[in-house]
Amino acid sequence: MLALEKLQEKFPEEIIETGESAGQTYVVVKREKIFDILKFLHESGELLFDHLADLTAVDWHKKKTPRFEVVYNLYSIRYKQFLRIKAQVPEEDPIITSVTPIWKVANWFEREVYDMFGIVFDGHPDLRRLLMPEDWEGFPLRKDYPLFLSPEKEWQGLVELKEKARRLAPFDWYQRVPGEVKEEEMKEPEEEKVAEGEGHGASA
Amino acid sequence: MAQALEIVPKQIDSDQWDEPYYVNMGPQHPATHGVLRIFLELDGETIVRCDPRIGYLHRGVEKLSENLTYSQAMVLTDRLDYIASAANNVGYCLAVEELMGLEVPRRAQIIRVIVCEMARIASHLLWLATHALDIGAMTVFLYCFRDREWLLDIFEEICGARLTVSYPRIGGVRLDFNQHIIDELYRFTEEFPRRIPEYETLIDVNRIWLKRTKGVGVISGEEAVNLGLTGPSLRGSGVRYDLRRSRPYLIYDELDFEVAVEYEGDVYSRYRVRMKEMREANKIIRQCLDKLAECEGEPTVAENAPDLLIPFGKPKRPQPAPHPKKGFLVKSVEVPIVPEGEVYFAIEAPKGELGYYIVSDGSGHPWRVRIRAPSFVHISALPALSEGQMVADIIAVIGSVDIVLGECDR
Repeated sequence: MLALEKLQEKFPEEIIETGESAGQTYVVVKREKIFDILKFLHESGELLFDHLADLTAVDWHKKKTPRFEVVYNLYSIRYKQFLRIKAQVPEEDPIITSVTPIWKVANWFEREVYDMFGIVFDGHPDLRRLLMPEDWEGFPLRKDYPLFLSPEKEWQGLVELKEKARRLAPFDWYQRVPGEVKEEEMKEPEEEKVAEGEGHGASA
Repeated sequence: MAQALEIVPKQIDSDQWDEPYYVNMGPQHPATHGVLRIFLELDGETIVRCDPRIGYLHRGVEKLSENLTYSQAMVLTDRLDYIASAANNVGYCLAVEELMGLEVPRRAQIIRVIVCEMARIASHLLWLATHALDIGAMTVFLYCFRDREWLLDIFEEICGARLTVSYPRIGGVRLDFNQHIIDELYRFTEEFPRRIPEYETLIDVNRIWLKRTKGVGVISGEEAVNLGLTGPSLRGSGVRYDLRRSRPYLIYDELDFEVAVEYEGDVYSRYRVRMKEMREANKIIRQCLDKLAECEGEPTVAENAPDLLIPFGKPKRPQPAPHPKKGFLVKSVEVPIVPEGEVYFAIEAPKGELGYYIVSDGSGHPWRVRIRAPSFVHISALPALSEGQMVADIIAVIGSVDIVLGECDR
């Protein structure tokens, strides 16, 4: 494959391993020069990998060291070539250079990887959580993150929501009168209603 | 959010509005096609900054798939793009089969192409209906749903479900077509090309439609590739990139169809591409039905396909009651069926490139399932498409890139 030869010629010291899996070529590289490697693949006239099909990460917890792999699936629309680049990222210092200056599509892909794996992308313009709430603790797609959280560790937003639902459950919404709710229990929802009303009036 | 509320009272009293104006579109907004929330910064009626915020429908499909067997995880893919669920299933099955090196019988491949193209027509019809409704053309909605209903009825007869079909399985498809389904599909392919002009008469030369769509949300081909747009949204900008042609899967390389391309790059050309694609999809179904008659009576499941039924292990002594939250995870014996390796397999779903990146460690369940959803990428491209436009045009832009939030949040 032409891209593989070019890479071995240009970055001989960066490549750790090359191989093939299910008919698709992959290259494992060190993380230090990942930006230069991808920029070369994107801009070189004979290769022209212009479509970043996917950017993701894999957690090899207790299977491999270094623990993380950031995976770039590249495709060249003109030459119809497919190539996978995998960069190794250690657990102690999970930082890798962002490729957002090359592909704008990498912006959200990298935000998602940061959200799910906690890998920091150096030079990213706007690295926030994307899918999870902003005050979420932990990185869900890591292998040591449990599938079900124990009740003590539940997200604070959900705890508050459950509490509110429990408080409002006896309230008869159809008749708009409290059913068997004690007066002190009804106080809080009324206060909230007033506060919401004010906010609405100001914005209208 | 808090910031927006603080600024507004200041603006009410003053005559000049120097402060930027913030608008929260969504998450409950009919034109955002689900639970998308867009944080807009406005200068008058012009959009200065657009910040889509997603995650309201996040169910953790990728994490769940790591804890289920390969056959069980396929059912989750229905819930990604629930408008065209058959295409999602086919993509997942193809990725696992590629990893296993499993050869699928020809009849199953033809049936898969048929359901994929049926899903494409159903998805494009729903897109046209809601997109026109957003812009203000009510009538198209009624006509589109009449024809989509017909397709869903056929889906119901094929597998018993209308939306979440779970029809393909690893190694083939679950059931064969009967004669009535084939007759009904022939009738559909005869009739459908006459239905498309009905929609086009309503909106194609409608002056309001043209004013709302022409020259809105323009994007050049190079920019669109850099932003990662795929599918009809990319082909509206003149890039001839269709996975059915450039990386053919199933039997698409034997079929005769054209890749629909338009060159303007605005909302109108994306609409034209989808209208052309519906005609081509109809043509593909027709050709596949003819091919299906040639291989009558052949099997639809590969012989060495993994068993769909979960082999239960016999408990030796009375088991303690399961954890109430973990009840739905059926404990099954994990049969290692997939060798070690990894694959990225992408198909041309109705919305764009739908890719599955599956990593296997040789055990019974996948080590990592990554879903590259077209809607996710298209929403990330919304700022580039809408900044500098009028606030009313963002509705047209959201409609034109065709998003489904179930797929975006996964």
